[in-house]
Amino acid sequence: MISLDVNGKKYDVDVSPDVPLLWVIREHLGLTGTKFGCGIAQCGACTVHINGKAKRSCRTPVKDAAGKKITTIEGIPEDHPVIKSWIVDDVPQCGYCQPGQIMSVVALLKENPAPTDKDIDDFMSGNLCRCGTYQRVRRSIHRASKMMAEGGKS
Amino acid sequence: MSVIINISRRDFLKTGAMIGGGLMLGVFPRFEEAYGESAAAFVPNAFIRIGTDDIVTVIVNKSEMGQGVYTSIPMVVAEELEADWSKVRIEPAPVDPAYNHTVWGPIQGTGGSTSTWTTWDQLRKAGAAARMMLVQAAAETWSVDPLTCRAENGFVIQTGTDKKLSFGKLTEKAAQMNVPQDIPLKKPEEYKLIGKPIKRLDTPDKSMGKAVFGIDVKRPDMLTAVVARCPVFGGKLKSFDDKKAQAVKGVKSIVQIPTGVAVVADNFWAAKLGRDALEIVWDEGPLSGFDTKKQREEYASLSKTPGAVARKEGDAEAALAGAKKRISAEYEVPYLAHATMEPLNAVVDFRKDGCDIWTGTQFQTIDRNSAAEVLGLKQEQVKIHTTYLGGGFGRRANPHSDFVSEAAHVAKAVKKPVKVMWTREDDIKGGYYRPMWYDRMAAGLDESGNLTGWKHTIVGQSIIAGTAFENALVKESIDETSVEGAQDIPYDVPNIIVDLHSPKYPIPVQWWRSVGHSHTAFVVETFIDEAAYAAGKDPYEFRRGLLSKDPRTKALLELVSQKAGWGSPLPKGRGRGIAVHKSFRRDYIQRRESGPEQFS
Ligand code: FES
Ligand code: FES
Repeated sequence: MISLDVNGKKYDVDVSPDVPLLWVIREHLGLTGTKFGCGIAQCGACTVHINGKAKRSCRTPVKDAAGKKITTIEGIPEDHPVIKSWIVDDVPQCGYCQPGQIMSVVALLKENPAPTDKDIDDFMSGNLCRCGTYQRVRRSIHRASKMMAEGGKS
Repeated sequence: MSVIINISRRDFLKTGAMIGGGLMLGVFPRFEEAYGESAAAFVPNAFIRIGTDDIVTVIVNKSEMGQGVYTSIPMVVAEELEADWSKVRIEPAPVDPAYNHTVWGPIQGTGGSTSTWTTWDQLRKAGAAARMMLVQAAAETWSVDPLTCRAENGFVIQTGTDKKLSFGKLTEKAAQMNVPQDIPLKKPEEYKLIGKPIKRLDTPDKSMGKAVFGIDVKRPDMLTAVVARCPVFGGKLKSFDDKKAQAVKGVKSIVQIPTGVAVVADNFWAAKLGRDALEIVWDEGPLSGFDTKKQREEYASLSKTPGAVARKEGDAEAALAGAKKRISAEYEVPYLAHATMEPLNAVVDFRKDGCDIWTGTQFQTIDRNSAAEVLGLKQEQVKIHTTYLGGGFGRRANPHSDFVSEAAHVAKAVKKPVKVMWTREDDIKGGYYRPMWYDRMAAGLDESGNLTGWKHTIVGQSIIAGTAFENALVKESIDETSVEGAQDIPYDVPNIIVDLHSPKYPIPVQWWRSVGHSHTAFVVETFIDEAAYAAGKDPYEFRRGLLSKDPRTKALLELVSQKAGWGSPLPKGRGRGIAVHKSFRRDYIQRRESGPEQFS
């Protein structure tokens, strides 16, 4: 049994300690917002937060996340400035990479509330988008950053 | 790519009747059955359902893979229906002839940049017919002349009075109205939604992790499988030892299927570990030891011989021989995987009396029919539930239904609902690539730098050969998708030849975003630049001078160059380029400025 704290909820799961966290989240907990894209920490689709830091869950053995605070896209409130700005900018195309993008962005803005284009490109370079939404991702990060500065909830 | 497939006369009559005649504007009891809607719902045709709660559901027969059809199709319907946009919802269409592609023939499918223009009239008429029935229903309720009534924002209103009923209140009566035969449509200046910026309906769900892709589908008692496939195309299974794989915790069964060995488990990770533990001996078949270098050499020598002629005007060989200056170049592009962000997958729930399949597909009818064949069911017994597609790019329109029929084979063997998943490695190694292309070009210039001759020889596999589209798209050894963007260049050259070699290789190839244009735009526009350089001319002026027979493209090019400030001085270290290409009924002009930072 491994004890997990996901989005503030406690779960005990009967899995082997080496299973990647991604599959536990998706298949055992049924939280399918976190996506599988590559399984080798190369695309960012599986990004979650572990103790507030963006992590690739496909390369995180579940035992390393035990007892820590895990947040998935389902744990980001719907009125979060990043989600609000994502909707204003109509960022997604197929949408598949977007939960991972958003999880990275939320972590980025926590660390750096007013990132420059270069900061964004550096931080986000591990989140691939096959549809090519990069320009809107960048624009919307600036918008979210502004919303947060103007008092939007973070 | 424009795909028109050959259809039998009987099918044509069916399809023709649907497109031309009446759009099948009848009530579809099947929908109420299938979706359990209240009997009072108004279902005027296959595309619209209006509930007593005023919700307008648009049934969308195109797959949403990022291009926005879950918004654009409802917009077109809502425009003519005069619906309240905030009450519009969408629902993916089941497989039914009512949803067949209006140009491709009797199949339901999404691709080739066709979704809007091929449904435009059909959907506007569907919306307008429903609106007319609602107006008629209101007029009869009030016993007034329908001509004094109009629909607006989800209501029918009698002009100049306070009579007003919402669509939801009119459903029962509207369902009894006759379906109009003569359906006048709005003029563009009357549009309220079309042509206006509007928010995508799928954005909120996609921004909150709520959108359900095929990979997210879960069914009761569902198992998960991965398949070990031969690492060499065209090879097959010789033998396998699954002792170690069977010992992996969570592995339920290991079955041989036509494409390899499927490991079926409680969950993905167990299936994957099970597959890793398989010991397989493959018969690698005729492509064993295949190497790209040899293939490239074959392509290069083929390109020096005459191919099937796709276009010939004047005498290109003579013009090249007599040219003042002659340039030539070869271009090579590799095989490309589509690499959709969501790896391929399909969930198949097979029972004795039927089957349900959940998958992100661009080819519903082909997948349904292939699965029915594998499972020994009637086509109508197989239901396809189209989920969101985590990217398509043509890969999910597989003419052989590869990932769905394979999943059907697994389901048939395990007799339980099963999700067959591909890993990223499976996807990249799995074939159905954009073909590798070898293009050999030559151009001749006269003493004033005019282009006098153009020769373009293309070598690459046909993506259409061996598919249901062959009769329609391969004519006299020319696969039109191999030469699109090359045989129809907009430039006026007096002597031109474009020819094609389509060598057969057992490497599976398929349409890939923009299809033939993905190589021809690159090679033609790069080579035109080379020619301009050789002629000592400005690349914009050189192109412009060749567009006299294509005033539209010429005007566009002029406009873009003006807006881009073509010819204005550039800072040191920066360059500027321009390119023209026509594809998918559109002109594309691209102008780009870049400096070293783009290449760092
Ligand atoms: S799935 Fe984890 S980075 Fe791609
Ligand atoms: S929106 Fe399709 S992969 Fe990013």
